[in-house]
Amino acid sequence: MWVYEKKLQYPVRVSKCDPRMAKFLIEQYGGADGELAAALRYLNQRYTLPDQVIGIVNDIGTEELAHLEMIATMVYKLTKDATAEEMKEAGLGAHYADHDKALFFHNAAGAPFTATYFQAKGDPIADLYEDIAAEEKARSTYQWLINMTDDPDLKDGLQFLREREVVHSQRFREAVEILKEERGAKKIF
Amino acid sequence: MFTYRKAYRPYISPWDPCPPLLVKTYETPPQLYMGFQPMGLPQFNSREALRRGTLWPALFAPYTNPYKDAKGGVCDDGGTPMDG
Amino acid sequence: MGGPRWTDEQKKAYYKLMKEIQTVDFVLVELNLYLNTHPDDQQAVQQYNEFVQRSAALKNRFQSMFGPLYGFGNSYATCPWSWKEAPWPWQV
Repeated sequence: MWVYEKKLQYPVRVSKCDPRMAKFLIEQYGGADGELAAALRYLNQRYTLPDQVIGIVNDIGTEELAHLEMIATMVYKLTKDATAEEMKEAGLGAHYADHDKALFFHNAAGAPFTATYFQAKGDPIADLYEDIAAEEKARSTYQWLINMTDDPDLKDGLQFLREREVVHSQRFREAVEILKEERGAKKIF
Repeated sequence: MFTYRKAYRPYISPWDPCPPLLVKTYETPPQLYMGFQPMGLPQFNSREALRRGTLWPALFAPYTNPYKDAKGGVCDDGGTPMDG
Repeated sequence: MGGPRWTDEQKKAYYKLMKEIQTVDFVLVELNLYLNTHPDDQQAVQQYNEFVQRSAALKNRFQSMFGPLYGFGNSYATCPWSWKEAPWPWQV
C-alpha cells in the first residue's frame, strides 16, 4: 500500500492567474506522456518484471504520483480565482461548461485519458525501453511547456520536473544494464 | 567535452510562408552519455540538490528556451548546456 | 492559507520547516533510486541513514507545531483529530 504525506515533493509556486497555461499543463496530467500515464505504466509493469529491477520501477512509479500532485497543484493555482470570462478567453470555455474548475484527466487538446497510452509487454527489455522512451518524451513535453511560459515561479517547478525525467531515464538505463549481466547464468552453466 | 544541445540547419524553401528559423536545436542530456553511474560522484549540497532536481552535478542539465530570440536565426554554435 | 488560527509568524515557520523537510527528503529520494541500482555503495547507504535521522528530527518538530504529516498510524494523533485539517499540500 502507499502512505500519503501531507507535503509536496517540491514547493510549487505560480506568480499569476494564468488559465491559458493551465490548459497546456494539463497535458502532463492526463496526456499520453503525462505523470498519470507514467505512474500507472510503471506500477503496472512491476508485477511481471525480474526481481532485480522491480524496486527501481516501483519507486520511480511512486515518485511519479508525487509529480502528478505537483502538476495538479500548478493547474489548481493557475485557475483557482479565474472568472468564467477568463476561463472562456483562455480557451477553457468547453472545460468550464463541463467541469467548472475541477481537474479532469485529459490532454491539452481535450482528449480523455486512456489506458492505451502505455503498454505492458511482459518482456522486460521491451518494457524498460518503453520506460526510457516515456521519460524522454515527458522531458520534451516539459521543454515545450517551459518555452510557452515566462512565469519564473512556474518555470522553476517545470525545470525541477524535467530534471527528474533525466534522472529516471538514467536509472531505467541502468536497469537494462543490470538485466544484460550474465550473473544468474554463470552459476547454472 | 560534449554538449547537451545539438543544432542543425533545416532546409529553407523560397516558398516557406513564415520567416525561417535558420537553426533548430535538440537536447542531448547527460543520461545519454553516462553509462552506469560511477560510485562516489561529487554531489550538490542538499539545498542545491532540491533546487536543481538532482543530487549529482553530472546529471544536471538545465533547459532554456533556445528559440526565445531566434526569429531570423541565432543559436548557431551547437550550444553549451547553459546557453539561451 | 493557513487556517484562521495561524499567525504570520507561524506561517513563516510553516514554509521554512516544510522547505527543510522537502530538502532532506529529496536527498532520500535521490539516494533511494540510486541505491536500487548501486546496492553495494557503502558511502551512499551511510549517507542515506544519516538523512533518515535528519528527516525524522525535522518531522517531529514540524508535527509538534502543525499537526501530523501522515495518517494511517504513521504519525501520533492529536486531540481533537487534526489530520483532516487544512491546509492540504496543493493549497499552501
